[in-house]
Amino acid sequence: MGEALPAAGIDEARQRAVARALRDFLPGRAVLWQEEDTRPYECDGLTAYRSVPMVVALPETTDEVQRVLRLDPLARVAVVQPGVRNAAISDMAAPFGLYYAPDPSSQIACTIGGNVAENSGGVHCLKYGLTVHNVLRVRGYAMDGEPVDFGGEALDTPGLDLLALMIGSEGLLAVATEITVKLLPKPLAARVVMASFDDVQKAGDAVAAVIAAGIIPAGLEMMDKPATHAVEQYVGAGYDLDAAAILLCESDGIAEEVEDEIARVKTVLERAGATRITVSRDEAERLKFWSGRKAAFPAMGRISPDYYCMDGTIPRKRLGEVLNFIGAMEKKYGLRCPNVFHAGDGNLHPLILFDANDADQLRRTEAFAAEVLEKCIAVGGTITGEHGVGVEKIDQMCLQFGAAELALFHAVKRAFDPQGLLNPGKGVPTLARCAEFGRRHVHGGQLPQPGLPRF
Amino acid sequence: MLAAFQERIREAAARGAPLRLRGGGSKDFYGGALEGEVLDTRGHAGVVSYEPTELVITARCGTRLDELEATLAANGQMLAFEPPRFGADATLGGCVAAGLSGPRRAAAGAVRDFVLGARLLDGRARELSFGGQVMKNVAGYDVSRLLAGSLGTLGLILEVSLKVLPRPAAELTLQLELSEDKALEALSRWAGQPLPISASAWRGGLLGLRLSGAPSALQAAAKKIGGRPVDPAQTGRFWSGVREHADAFFAGDAPLWRLSLPSQVPALGLAGEQMIEWNGALRWLRTRADAAAVRAAAQRAGGHATLFRAADKAAGAFTPLSPVLLRLHRELKAAFDPAGIFNRGRLYPEF
Repeated sequence: MGEALPAAGIDEARQRAVARALRDFLPGRAVLWQEEDTRPYECDGLTAYRSVPMVVALPETTDEVQRVLRLDPLARVAVVQPGVRNAAISDMAAPFGLYYAPDPSSQIACTIGGNVAENSGGVHCLKYGLTVHNVLRVRGYAMDGEPVDFGGEALDTPGLDLLALMIGSEGLLAVATEITVKLLPKPLAARVVMASFDDVQKAGDAVAAVIAAGIIPAGLEMMDKPATHAVEQYVGAGYDLDAAAILLCESDGIAEEVEDEIARVKTVLERAGATRITVSRDEAERLKFWSGRKAAFPAMGRISPDYYCMDGTIPRKRLGEVLNFIGAMEKKYGLRCPNVFHAGDGNLHPLILFDANDADQLRRTEAFAAEVLEKCIAVGGTITGEHGVGVEKIDQMCLQFGAAELALFHAVKRAFDPQGLLNPGKGVPTLARCAEFGRRHVHGGQLPQPGLPRF
Repeated sequence: MLAAFQERIREAAARGAPLRLRGGGSKDFYGGALEGEVLDTRGHAGVVSYEPTELVITARCGTRLDELEATLAANGQMLAFEPPRFGADATLGGCVAAGLSGPRRAAAGAVRDFVLGARLLDGRARELSFGGQVMKNVAGYDVSRLLAGSLGTLGLILEVSLKVLPRPAAELTLQLELSEDKALEALSRWAGQPLPISASAWRGGLLGLRLSGAPSALQAAAKKIGGRPVDPAQTGRFWSGVREHADAFFAGDAPLWRLSLPSQVPALGLAGEQMIEWNGALRWLRTRADAAAVRAAAQRAGGHATLFRAADKAAGAFTPLSPVLLRLHRELKAAFDPAGIFNRGRLYPEF
């Protein structure tokens, strides 16, 4: 991380040939190749990784990839193009009392195509599932140019479940052009309990206690004190700023059922040592309680020039241990790291605050993040719950998987894309890269480059 | 045990001799040809880890499904996809490999939706581990879910981690008299409303609906839906009859078809008797009608038809794949099992 990937080395003759070939079937203005035009496409939201593309091909208008092709309330499906925003699907389904369940915090901006690529979750996925549980079909093109359907409108398809393989594959296997999602009936009522704890471990134990009581809340989220302080300044969600951690626990269903469940949740949380409990009184207050959680990432942008969002998943019972580890890393690297946590499903989003203009902070952030991801693996978790591997976490793939698994991933890739044309270099590291990483990597919590001056 | 499995696989691969991966054999009837020497997985059994508050159980392939479900029930939990056992000897490995789900599927999800991780032996006898014991994991391709329904064609599933759920606080079964058309229409309409319907089964003008959840939610929903409550003493047997195919509908020797369709599709009007589940998305059909006609009708409706139980499966168990999908299947098969030894012909005759 930190250095731009080599942008140079673009073969001009090749660039001209590719641009010309694309212009055969795209209008001239849709094909960009001059550096001033391609530069804006060198990175996504994580600006630390950059690579100027050789050629950029744009849809003629965004309308070409953002159409809703069908919304069928009786079949409870929406058929959309990949550029349709996640939240737009629920907005369109709302008049029929339906919605699309996965709701990543970025749902007002993120697209369903990206959700399919990363198997995105959201704050309600413990009860309602991830993208893989809510998509019926991905239609697109295989790399031989043939149109292909993965999944269908029935609940299963004959043969191997290639839809499961496509979802979360980071665009490495085929090109998606149309996605059919399931729509669910919108619960009639929803209320959220906000509970304060004077200790993060107690909050983690409270989550286990809720599950042990046989309750699957519609949402179950945790934020630590640095996170609540950051968002409170930004949105004023009414969080308890004295608490070491707060839990947000939502119940949904019919009104009577919600009342019953909220009462049970309150009892469990009180027994688990909650120091303060507030229940949303109306829809406005419920949305206000959630607004802080949903604004956690932008709120970090207000208190720090840059933030680096991690995405490990851990068994819930190891939460205290992992948070203590992150606390120790904050001291070790001299960087702050508020935490937001999809507590229900163990997906942790530590947010390292840094200044990308300071090369040393960037290096420390990188080392910090790498140690946390390795800790996630060590406690039986994973380096990415829903944000994907891309190029950013590719070295940690070498730690999570052995050579045989990586070899099989490459074989799966070859089965779909024999020439390796789709998103080359992403998702799965080569064995050579892992060997090189292994030589650089020092186990036992030592820095990859112990000689570098820190702080 | 593992070493013995690996030895068998290496030896079979060297000879190019097919191996038939088999647990309790309760689903031998399902799918295509049974080829090769049996490799019995039952010796590799037992729960590896289970922590109710993590909502995950990990067990070896040979673990008996009834024992696994009893362990969960003792902790107030369940396999929410209600896998059919089709026999007391059914194992976890077979359950995942067959990929079959029971009455709760339309509400809760299928086997594949609950698979979190798996260990397997591939065709080179390599022990591989994918996914894990956590709910969210996008590191690498989702190979563990791919194993669900693969009928043992990709490898020997050694161990599986499954998400489990609490058993509902209460259940209630309603019975309504409805024609096929009216039942299908009502099921799709109810499925679009926030009602706690966890299973549906229509046969011969009678619709059984199971509601699961908080008692208050069941009472409110029952009032809205109507019909008459079934004596709780009868409901267990009714739903296990549907799940395990012990219901009288499944007796006799007429071929049994499994039609998987978009739930809102109206009655297909095919000859024979029907049982409808999953809000209309699963239609069991007993018919001697021409296989091509049944398949064509299912495909026209946007679904597919499986010849589930039949003395003669010359028509193929599963709907044939499109050329592009068949190519991808073959390539994937070669990636996992280059010598083509595992359960050859069980899914499709081509591999």
